[in-house]
Amino acid sequence: MFTKRIIPCLDIKDGRTVKGVNFVNLRDAGDPVELAKIYAKNGADELVFLDISATEEKRKTLIDLVLKVAEQVNIPFTVGGGISSIEDVTLLLNSGADKVSINSSAVKNPQLINDLANKFGNQCITVAIDAKRIDGIWIVHLVGGKVPTELNLFDWAKEVAERGAGEILFTSMENDGTKDGFANEALAELSSLVNIPIIASGGAGNKQHFTDAFIKGKADAALAASVFHFKEIEINELKQELQRNQIPVRL
Amino acid sequence: MKIVIIDYGAGNIKSIQFAFKRLGVEAKLSNDIAEIQAADKIIFPGVGEASSAMQKLAASGLDTLIPTLEQPLLGICLGMQLLCDFTEENTTKGLGIFNTKVKRFTNEVKVPQIGWNTIIDLKSNLFDGIDESAFMYLIHSYYAESCEEEIATTNYGVNYASALQKENFYGVQFHPEKSSKVGEKLLKNFIEL
Repeated sequence: MFTKRIIPCLDIKDGRTVKGVNFVNLRDAGDPVELAKIYAKNGADELVFLDISATEEKRKTLIDLVLKVAEQVNIPFTVGGGISSIEDVTLLLNSGADKVSINSSAVKNPQLINDLANKFGNQCITVAIDAKRIDGIWIVHLVGGKVPTELNLFDWAKEVAERGAGEILFTSMENDGTKDGFANEALAELSSLVNIPIIASGGAGNKQHFTDAFIKGKADAALAASVFHFKEIEINELKQELQRNQIPVRL
Repeated sequence: MKIVIIDYGAGNIKSIQFAFKRLGVEAKLSNDIAEIQAADKIIFPGVGEASSAMQKLAASGLDTLIPTLEQPLLGICLGMQLLCDFTEENTTKGLGIFNTKVKRFTNEVKVPQIGWNTIIDLKSNLFDGIDESAFMYLIHSYYAESCEEEIATTNYGVNYASALQKENFYGVQFHPEKSSKVGEKLLKNFIEL
């Protein structure tokens, strides 16, 4: 039985976990390694670490963190934030990351997706896409959702899949931080448009929202941060509820 | 107990090394033929693309060494696939231990398969203490066709061999080093073979 994945996301700044509302007003939510271990124990299927402070001088802090997580955690994890070259990816994968997530660098240089997929295999290349609607059209945004591009979400999703992305992490900037649920219509359209897994992100507020993301949004995985960090939702309880709703999960 | 992880530049070997460390066992990374031959147990990892991985094996003579090894060897993910006769991935000839072919999933399912799936029909002491339908973490686009050497089966659009065994050669498509407690149990079983 192949199962849907529940993925806590740990936003990392200066080696600590943070999560803001609509990506501003960051709040501290703990030590990433400790959080990761708790999540693995409580039934998380995978973890995502997004380094939102990713600059050259912070890179070493991130590598140290990746090594610590790989050493202590027995479930897979993805690392994203500031990754723009084959060298960046080599270093992260060699330090124990299972997958990397690229976002802005893929928009600026789409060939990077092909290069990384060819070098490392498409299964370890996640392309993260942040989008929100402008005049009713879903537009890809950069810099944590602040800067609009000229890319249409669905065209871009198709392109990244064709270029060799292994999965897509779609964050709806409209839903992120609202706790009103995931962008299920856009998710369902993405899921039927491309033949790679789609991770839903942005908007988780209660357990029903996850059920909706899997049934209405046809997502393969669902990602959330603050509802897990602040223990508003326990992962074990969430998965039990998903199972009651006939959604295949690992329990 | 000397465990060697074959280090040929294709794989997430750090994670495997850490997994053994969590079990209190040191596993050494090596591509040295004498050191591999002297090991009690051998891990043959692999992530990425098949033909370039085979080229890397050939470049260091590991392609001729591996089939001659007599101690327990565990191929993981691409490592398992390379132990098969042939893989469709860039039409690559494998090491020919397992008498089966590796094919790409059809587009009736999402490719790659990424996530947790169950293993059933468990037929080896590698699975001692592991329940039927236990969950393992898988991340792959190609799968080994069912065959006589199959010791575990998984379904993803098709029933396929998620683990194989022939004499001292073992192969698992899933990642025990990333499969929580169940994966740890499997690695422990391998150490104790």
